Amino acid sequence: MDKKLALYICKGCSIGESIKLEKIETVSKNKMKVPVVRNHETLCGTEGIAMIKADIAAEGVNTLVLAACSGRVKYEEFDFPGCIVERVPVRELAVWSQEKTDAQQAAEDYIQMGIIKAQKGDMPEPYLMETVKDILVIGGGVAGMNAALQSANSGYKVVLVEKEASLGGFSAKLYKKIPTTLPFKEPLIVDVDLEPTIKSVESNENIKVFKSAKVEKIEGQPGQFDVTISSNGSSEVVKIGAVILAAGWKPYDATRLGHLGYGRFKNVVTQVELEEIAKKGAIARPSDGKPAKKVAFVQCAGQRDANHLPYCSAMCCAASLKQAKYVRQDPDAIAMILYKDMRTPGRTEYYYKEAQNDPGVMLTKADVSGVSEAPDGNLYVEMKDSLLGSSVKLEADLVVLATGMVPATADDPVLNLQYRQGPGLPDLELFNGFADSNFICFQYETRRTGVFAAGAVRQPMNMTEAQEDATGAALKAIQSAEHVAVGMSVHPRAWDLTFPDPMMTRCTSCKRCTEECPFGAIDEDEKGTPFFKPGRCRRCATCMGACPERIVSFKDYHVDMIGSMMKSTSIPDDEDEPRVFVICCENDAYPAIDTAALQKMKLDPAARFITLRCLGSMNLVWLADAFSRGVDGMLLMGCKFGDNYQCHFAKGSELANYRLGKVQETLDRLQLEADRVKLVEVAIDEYGKVPQMITDFVDKIKEIGPNPFKGM
Amino acid sequence: MQSSDKPSRILVIGGGFSGLTTAVDAAESGAEVIIVEKNSYLGGRVAQLNKYFPKMCPPVCGLEINFRRIKTNPGIQCYTMSEVTSVSGGPGNYDVTIQRHPRYVNDKCTACNACAEACPAMRANDFNFGMDKTKAAYLPFNQAFPQQYVIDAKACKKDCGTSCKEACVYGAIDLDMKVETVSLKVDSIVVATGWNPYDAAKIETLGSGKVPNAISNMQMERLAAPNGPTGGAINRPSDGKPVQKIAFVQCAGSRDENHLAFCSYICCMASLKQTLYIREKNPDAEVSIFYIDMRTPGRYEKFLNQVQADEKVSFIKGKVAKIKKTKSGDVTVTAEDMLSGDKVEKTFDMVVLATGMEPAGAAQQLPGVNYIEGFAAPGAGIFPTGCSRNPMDVSKSAQDATSAALKAIHAGKGR
Repeated sequence: MDKKLALYICKGCSIGESIKLEKIETVSKNKMKVPVVRNHETLCGTEGIAMIKADIAAEGVNTLVLAACSGRVKYEEFDFPGCIVERVPVRELAVWSQEKTDAQQAAEDYIQMGIIKAQKGDMPEPYLMETVKDILVIGGGVAGMNAALQSANSGYKVVLVEKEASLGGFSAKLYKKIPTTLPFKEPLIVDVDLEPTIKSVESNENIKVFKSAKVEKIEGQPGQFDVTISSNGSSEVVKIGAVILAAGWKPYDATRLGHLGYGRFKNVVTQVELEEIAKKGAIARPSDGKPAKKVAFVQCAGQRDANHLPYCSAMCCAASLKQAKYVRQDPDAIAMILYKDMRTPGRTEYYYKEAQNDPGVMLTKADVSGVSEAPDGNLYVEMKDSLLGSSVKLEADLVVLATGMVPATADDPVLNLQYRQGPGLPDLELFNGFADSNFICFQYETRRTGVFAAGAVRQPMNMTEAQEDATGAALKAIQSAEHVAVGMSVHPRAWDLTFPDPMMTRCTSCKRCTEECPFGAIDEDEKGTPFFKPGRCRRCATCMGACPERIVSFKDYHVDMIGSMMKSTSIPDDEDEPRVFVICCENDAYPAIDTAALQKMKLDPAARFITLRCLGSMNLVWLADAFSRGVDGMLLMGCKFGDNYQCHFAKGSELANYRLGKVQETLDRLQLEADRVKLVEVAIDEYGKVPQMITDFVDKIKEIGPNPFKGM
Repeated sequence: MQSSDKPSRILVIGGGFSGLTTAVDAAESGAEVIIVEKNSYLGGRVAQLNKYFPKMCPPVCGLEINFRRIKTNPGIQCYTMSEVTSVSGGPGNYDVTIQRHPRYVNDKCTACNACAEACPAMRANDFNFGMDKTKAAYLPFNQAFPQQYVIDAKACKKDCGTSCKEACVYGAIDLDMKVETVSLKVDSIVVATGWNPYDAAKIETLGSGKVPNAISNMQMERLAAPNGPTGGAINRPSDGKPVQKIAFVQCAGSRDENHLAFCSYICCMASLKQTLYIREKNPDAEVSIFYIDMRTPGRYEKFLNQVQADEKVSFIKGKVAKIKKTKSGDVTVTAEDMLSGDKVEKTFDMVVLATGMEPAGAAQQLPGVNYIEGFAAPGAGIFPTGCSRNPMDVSKSAQDATSAALKAIHAGKGR
C-alpha cells in the first residue's frame, strides 16, 4: 500500500500542559518526513475524529499515528477502517506516569517510535490457500457422536472414525444411566437409549462413518489436513479442515489392584464389569452365579492414590450410586458404598440425596485398606477411619471397585500427527495424560492449531458434560476451518490477518524456528530447510524472535521495525542518567503498566517501554543494537513460565529467558556485564509492583555504571 | 454458519465470563451479538476474583484477552447498566426490549478522574461488597471495561450542585440522562445471568450475617485482591487486625434443605485457594477447614494434595453447628468431628463462610425464560449457560458457554 502518514497529537488529559508540541511537530515534519502533523484539544472527541476523517478523505492520509492515550481505551473512536492506526500512549507513558520534567523527552521518544513503527509497518494481507472445511471426529462415543452431529447440522461434512465395530463408546456398554434431567426422583436409573443417536449419526448424509478404523496419520495443516484412515485392511486419505479428538477413556487396569482383591478373588469386580453383569440380568456373582445380596462398592479404587491414578475421575461416585440401584432391584439385597469423599457436585447432589433415602443403600466415609477372603466365596472389606469406627471389617458377597478413567491419550498419541514436533498433543504430561488445555478461561486453547479435544479424553467428566464439551469443540473446529479459509488467525489473535513471511534465500537452516515454534507450525523438507505451514501458525512471532538471521517478518511486525524504534530513542548525555528499555508482553505486562499509569503511579524516567506481541518474539539482535549505541540496560517483562505457565503462546517468556541464557556471548563481546539484561515474570494484576520492579532494575544499572558505548 | 449464510443475531444476557465467552465465540464464527449487562462493567463475578484455582493466575488476564476480542470484532455490541424488560416472538424472530439505566457519564469520558476528584459524596463500594467506599463519581475498579466512569445518583449530595460536571472538560458528564428503552430483533437468546453469593444473613446457625469477623468467600476474594479494600492485606473487618488463625466453614448454606439444597461446586476449591492466599502471605498463619466432603473433582485433586501437604492447614470433617463472636471480636466455631464423634469448639481471628452460589434467577427472573428452582431452563431459542443453569466453575462455564454459542447460532438458522 502507498502510505501517506499523518501524526495527530492530542492535548487532552494533561498532555497539552505537560509537553511542548512545537518541537515534536517540527521534528516529525522535517526530520521524520511526516506530511501531515496536527494537534487537537480532545482528539477522541467529535471534532478531533472529524478532523482525522477529513484528512483521510481530502489528503489521502491512510497511516495514522495517534499520539494520545493507550490502545486499550477509545478503540471505538479511533477505528479507521482501511488505515494503519498506530496508537502512541503518550498520556499513560509520558504524562500520567512521569514527573513534568521528564515528560517532554518521553513524549518525543514515544512519538518518534510510533512514527517509525507506522513507517516500517504495512497493511496485513491474508495468506490465502486452497482449504476444505470438513471436520474429522476421532471417537464414536457420546462426545464424538455429538460433535459429529453438531458439525453436520451446522452444514459441515464430517468424517467420524471409531476404533470399535460399532458406535456408542463406553455408553454402549452400560446397563442403565443416570437420568439426564431433573428432578432426580425414582426411577433413578433409566435406559441409556443410545440407538436414536447412533441412527441419526449413521443416517446423516453429511457424516461418513468409518468403523473398526484408526487414524494412521495426519499430515498437513488446518484447512488442508491429509488424514489417512485405515479400516478393515484398507486405507484411504481424506482432506480435512479441522480435527476433534474425542477418543474417550479406558478403565484403569484393575489387575494392579491386587490389594483390593482384584484377580485374587472372583467376586471382586470393577464398575465396568458390573455393567456387563447387570446387562445379563440379575446381579449374580461371578464365582457361583448366586444372586448378590450384600454388595460393597469401594470408591477411588486406584484413584486419588499416588501409586495409581493421582486424580479423581469425577463420575465414579454418581456411578456407584447408580449401580447401588441395580443391586436394589432385588429388594432383599443391600448396597454399601465406601467413599473417601462423596463427590456429587452441583445438582448431582440431589441424586445423592435420593439414594440416601433408600434404607437399603448404606453410605459411609472409609479408607479401604484391603479385601480378604471370607467363608462361602464372600469377602471382608477392611477399612479405617470410617463413620462406623476407626478399624472395621465388613462382609460382602460381591465387591465392586470404582476404578477410574484413563484417557485414551495416556499411552497413545491417537492423532498420529506427522509433525516434526511429535505425533500427539504436547503438554500431556502436565495433565496426567489428558488432552486438556492449560487455560482456565480458554478451554479449547490448544497447542496444535485446528485440533480440539472433547469429552473424557480431555478431562474426567460424565456423559452430559461430554456432550456439552463436544458441542463447544465443534464450534471451535468450525471456527478454525473458517478462519484458515480467509487467512485469519485463531484464538488468541482471532482477528489477525498477518502471517510470518520468511525471506528463505537468507535461511541458514539452523532450525531454531522449527524447534522453538510452540505450535509446530514450521517443518523441514528433506534437505533440512524449514518451511512454514501458515494454517498452524498463531502469529506469536516466536519464529521472528528465534531467527538469528532476522529473516522472519510480518507485514506489521518485524525485527527491523522494533530495532529501528530502539535506535531512535534518546540516550541521556549525563552519565548518571541511564536509559533502559523495558520490553513487555502486550497481554499482561503492558496492561499492568498501563493500569499503574492510569492510577498515576510514577514509572522510572530512565525506562522506555516497547510492547511485543509476545516475549517469544524478542530477537537477541535488539540487545546488540541497543547496547552498541549506549543503552544501559534491558528489562524483559513476560508471563509466568513453568508447569503453570500463563503465556497464551505457551512458551514465549520461557523462550526469551532461554535465549537470554545465550546472550552472555554477545555481552562478553561488547565487554558488558550480564546484569544489564534481566527477565522478570509479571502478571497483569501486578500493576502495584511494576513501578518498583523497574526502579530496582534501574538502580542496579546505576550501580553497574554507564554503558561504555554511551556517547560513542 | 457457513460464511455465505446470513449471520445469526444473538442476544447474550449477562456479560460475565459465560456471556463473554458465548459472545466472542459466536462473533468469531460470524454471528452478530448483543451483550446486555446489568453492571456498569463487563466481567461479572470473575472480575471480582483475586486468582483462579488451581493455577493461581489472575482472572483479569483472560478478561483482557476477551476484551481485546471484543475490541477487534465489529460484530459485538455491548449495553452496560441495562436489563431485559420484555421478550416476545420465537426462535429466529424474537422482539426484545431492554432498558438502559443512566450512567450519567457519556462516551466522551477519558477516565481522567477529574470528576471523582471534584465529587464531594461517598458511596459504599458494592464491587468490594461494601468493605470500603468510593466517590459517587467513580470507576468501578481500576481495570474496568469499559474504562468509563459512573455516577451513582443515589449517593449524590443534593447540595453539591454540579461539581463533577464542572470538573469535566470533555463534556462527559450528563446529569440529565434518563432511562432509555431500546428495541432489538434477535434470532436467539443466551441466558448468562450468573449467580449471587447466598446471603449469609439467612443462615441463623452461622451468625445471621451479624458476626463482623465472619466474612463470605467472595468478600475474601476482595480482601486478598490488590485492588481490594485493603490493597491485598488480609485483615479482619472489625478492627483491621492481620489474621493468624482462620477457619473456613464449608457448605455455608449449600447442601442444606433449609437453604440451597444443591452443592455449589466451587466452594471447596475456592476455600483451598483462599487458604493459599493466607498461607502465602503469612507463613505463621494457621488454617482450619470444616467440611462435609472435600469436592475437588478430576485433576483438582492435585490442588487438594498441595494444600493437605501444608502442616499449618488442618481439615476437620464435620458440619459446623454454630458460630459466635467473642468479646475480643474473635469467632468461636462449634462442630462435630464426624470421624471421632467429638464435639469441637475452637476460636479463630476470622472465619470465612464458604457461602454457596444462588442462581441469579432465584432473585430476578427474565421475561420469556422458564426457571426451575431459580435455575434457567432451556427453551426453543433460549439457551441458558454457565451458573444461571447449573452451579459450575469458570472452566466448566467456558466449555458450557462455547457450546451455547453453537446452539444459539443454530437456532437462528430456521428462518
